[in-house]
Amino acid sequence: MPDLLIELFSEEIPARMQARASADLKRMVTDGLVEAGLTYAHAGGFATPRRLVLALEGLTARSPDTREERKGPKVGAPDKAVEGFARGAGVERAALQTRADKKGEVYFALIERPGRPAAEIVAEVLETTVRGFPWPKSMRWGSGSLTWVRPLHSILCLLHDEAGAETVALEIDGIRAGDSTRGHRFMAPAEFVVTSFEDYTAKLRRAKVMLDPQERADAIRNEMGNLAFAGGLEPIEDPALLSEVAGLVEWPVPLMGRIDEAFLDLPPEVLQTSMREHQKFFSLRAKSGQITGFVTVANRETADDGATILAGNLKVLAARLSDAKFFWENDLRVARDEKMAPWTAALERVTFHAKLGTQAERIARITALAREIAPQIGADADPAEEAAGIAKRDLASEMVYEFPELQGLMGRYYAEAAGHSAEIAAVAQEHYQPLGPSDDVPSAPLSVAVALADKIDMLTGFWAIEEKPTGSKDPYALRRAALGVIRLVLENRLRLPLMPLIEGRAGDAGDLLSFFHDRLKVYLREQGVRHDVIDACLAMPGTDDLARLVARARALSDFLGTEDGGNLLQGFKRAANILAQAEQKDGVEYSFGADRKFAEKSEETALFDALDAAEPAISEALEREDFEAAMRQLAALRAPIDAFFEAVQINAESQIMRRNRLNLLSRIRGLCLNVADLTRIEG
Amino acid sequence: MDKPRSFQQIILNLQTYWAAQGCAVLQPYDMEVGAGTFHPATTLRALGSRPWAAAYVQPSRRPTDGRYGENPNRLQHYYQYQVLIKPSPPDLQELYLGSLRAIGIDDALHDIRFVEDDWESPTLGAWGLGWEVWCDGMEVSQFTYFQQVGGHDCRPVSGELTYGLERLAMYVLGVDHVMDMPYNDPDAPIALSYGDVFRQTEAEYSRWNFDIADTDTLLRHFEDAEAEAARILDAPALDPRSGRQIIMAHPAYDQCIKASHIFNLLDARGVISVTQRQAYIGRVRALAKRCADAFVATEAGGARGADESGRGDGDGQAA
Repeated sequence: MPDLLIELFSEEIPARMQARASADLKRMVTDGLVEAGLTYAHAGGFATPRRLVLALEGLTARSPDTREERKGPKVGAPDKAVEGFARGAGVERAALQTRADKKGEVYFALIERPGRPAAEIVAEVLETTVRGFPWPKSMRWGSGSLTWVRPLHSILCLLHDEAGAETVALEIDGIRAGDSTRGHRFMAPAEFVVTSFEDYTAKLRRAKVMLDPQERADAIRNEMGNLAFAGGLEPIEDPALLSEVAGLVEWPVPLMGRIDEAFLDLPPEVLQTSMREHQKFFSLRAKSGQITGFVTVANRETADDGATILAGNLKVLAARLSDAKFFWENDLRVARDEKMAPWTAALERVTFHAKLGTQAERIARITALAREIAPQIGADADPAEEAAGIAKRDLASEMVYEFPELQGLMGRYYAEAAGHSAEIAAVAQEHYQPLGPSDDVPSAPLSVAVALADKIDMLTGFWAIEEKPTGSKDPYALRRAALGVIRLVLENRLRLPLMPLIEGRAGDAGDLLSFFHDRLKVYLREQGVRHDVIDACLAMPGTDDLARLVARARALSDFLGTEDGGNLLQGFKRAANILAQAEQKDGVEYSFGADRKFAEKSEETALFDALDAAEPAISEALEREDFEAAMRQLAALRAPIDAFFEAVQINAESQIMRRNRLNLLSRIRGLCLNVADLTRIEG
Repeated sequence: MDKPRSFQQIILNLQTYWAAQGCAVLQPYDMEVGAGTFHPATTLRALGSRPWAAAYVQPSRRPTDGRYGENPNRLQHYYQYQVLIKPSPPDLQELYLGSLRAIGIDDALHDIRFVEDDWESPTLGAWGLGWEVWCDGMEVSQFTYFQQVGGHDCRPVSGELTYGLERLAMYVLGVDHVMDMPYNDPDAPIALSYGDVFRQTEAEYSRWNFDIADTDTLLRHFEDAEAEAARILDAPALDPRSGRQIIMAHPAYDQCIKASHIFNLLDARGVISVTQRQAYIGRVRALAKRCADAFVATEAGGARGADESGRGDGDGQAA
């Protein structure tokens, strides 16, 4: 059983695409081989900046011979039909066999396909894979027409076993597959021949290439730990950066440097962001927690042990941090001395959206909303207005212009510098949250008020100008904003009816409320609440109060999970069906006046008793919005209802009795529908 | 080549190197442009089927980057070194690395990296894939395989290299402030620094760009350039004077360059709102696209028998 080694050697592949690409190569080639009848024992995919590699172990040497019998026309069928059948099956007419069938003699074709050597199949599959590779972005180069992520230089394609190695014959757009590759671009650029995967990885290592991205990442992490430890520092974990950096080097050489003291006054987030985003440096912190050092990862060893490289990197860092320090100091001056006034003026000139006006106008809308929301959630209107007014000022600061990802955080620093209380300043940072389904939800009332106002303004604004999300298109992240509102309300247990906030602001406020409901369904479904349960609660009044809606849905969901709940639902459905039929037939609505004096059987009387007891208890529980208690009361009805149906014939001979019983069923229906619209529950 | 000691030596080494690689060493385009890419030797020559290899210095202007000559590395006027080879040769990366060696960057001691950076010029309707090249963590060049220019697919593909000369030179020469960089040899009888040459102009242009340039005039010039480009391209191909088919892609493209630069000036004056911005960029792009359409209809643009094929399909003016 041979092993297969494929290497696609190109100019530098973007780091962010490598993991996906090596997985795609593995998937496409193995799928193709299996489809063609080959099997394999194990497959491994690898990537470096310059190569995508697939190693397959235990590939079958040939695809199996196959034999297929195909049934054709009856003997005596027109010649044309018989000829056509033979041609379609790929056999000579003379080779057709005849066999007895139920309807007489029938032609059969015996199609035998001999297996094919693995090399032939590999060549076809690899060509198809290369030509149809799903790069996120690909390009042409030179005069060719092949597309790849960057120019593809060589293909290594080798089948090898104990007996030796065979180069798979294959040529794609003038690139002929061979058995050789090259090492590190700078340290070992010479070409060399390989005979197996083992030989390949060993020779690559000698040629200063670590093939496995995980090994490169581990090497970086370990060496970074050692360097930091020796310097009395500790690396700040950054898995995303680690995987990116591992994709930028074939031979990682971490180098540690210290940040010039002149820059240590900068906020740690600024240091970290600047080093990470611009330089792809890892941050190191001292015992005090202060970031004082960094690790950069070079792609080569040098005679001076990286001294020149580190000096160059330090220089670039100094230039970057000088910029950052310049921004920071300018911004602080504006914050401290001018109380951020120039930024307010600047935001009057920044368009938020052509149809929604400037940032300043948006801030004014958020401020008004925050004032309205604050008293409803336990915050005062005045500080909410103050906080909303300054929460986005930093958008005009130089630092945020340079590092948009620091928005909010800088706002907090600057608000404090401008003399606002810590509580108000925190709003600048926290009002953007939650940014996603797993992001923290703020709990400080002022932050919650402004966070809600921010998101509700986004939603009502874009609803008003009819730019709602459609399908996969949601350029303004409105789904995320709606989920943010939902999480802010629910996780802070807020009673905040939404309609008064969105009506008059959103255009079609009802449509926006349904959008909230759709997001809520997704949110609750993830927590195991069925969609029909939510629909049953959405049919009740006051659904803009999300807390009430969810409390009802959770209680109903729990209730239906119990045996009593399930049975009560059946009883309700039975009652509702009988009523519906009778009402349709009689053309009247049975909705009042069941009279106990017409009760004939004890089960009937018992049901009267049970309903008499349950009705006030349920309305009292609903009054308190204690949905669980209401459901418990409903559960208590299960036995009397079941017994009633067991003992009593609804469609009694006497019309009086019949009407009375139907009216009794109507009480059951009405009572249940007060709790939730159970007609929407499935099953 | 000797390790350079001055800004001009770095330029000279690049010129010598790329000349040795077979490039035609061209001179800067004689108009104000925002980047070396705008030179017709790149924008237009990247189009069509004819092979091309050119290298040149291009003075470039970015009015918004002016800092009155005070910022250590920001300038409103600076130099780019530009190389364009069509079709892109298979060893373009190696050729590029050779050029770094030629200016004294020894890759045995430095860490050279190709980091993903896709290039797009909304004003030129152009894009390509490639990298920014890092030397010890600093971006020293832009390396792009052109895929489209002026809305046309590039076939064959050109390889484009752009060096930010000041930044690169500061690194090679170990200078921290651009104005301190030796322009000519530091031991020359009259040694001049970059600041001796440009400090005065940086201050003057910064003031003019930000506060003095007359926006009404500029707005009018923008409209004029746009109208003139359209007029040039609308003219029938048949020239009555010479009796030849002459499509005037280059004169029209000059107007496109002009409009683009005027837009940059207006931007620096802060009179273009975010919404208007897109509209202006779209207008320049429309010009660039029409110029590209015109160029590919010329002989230099690879149209076969362009001189004859168009004969007689003028719109009557020839009669």
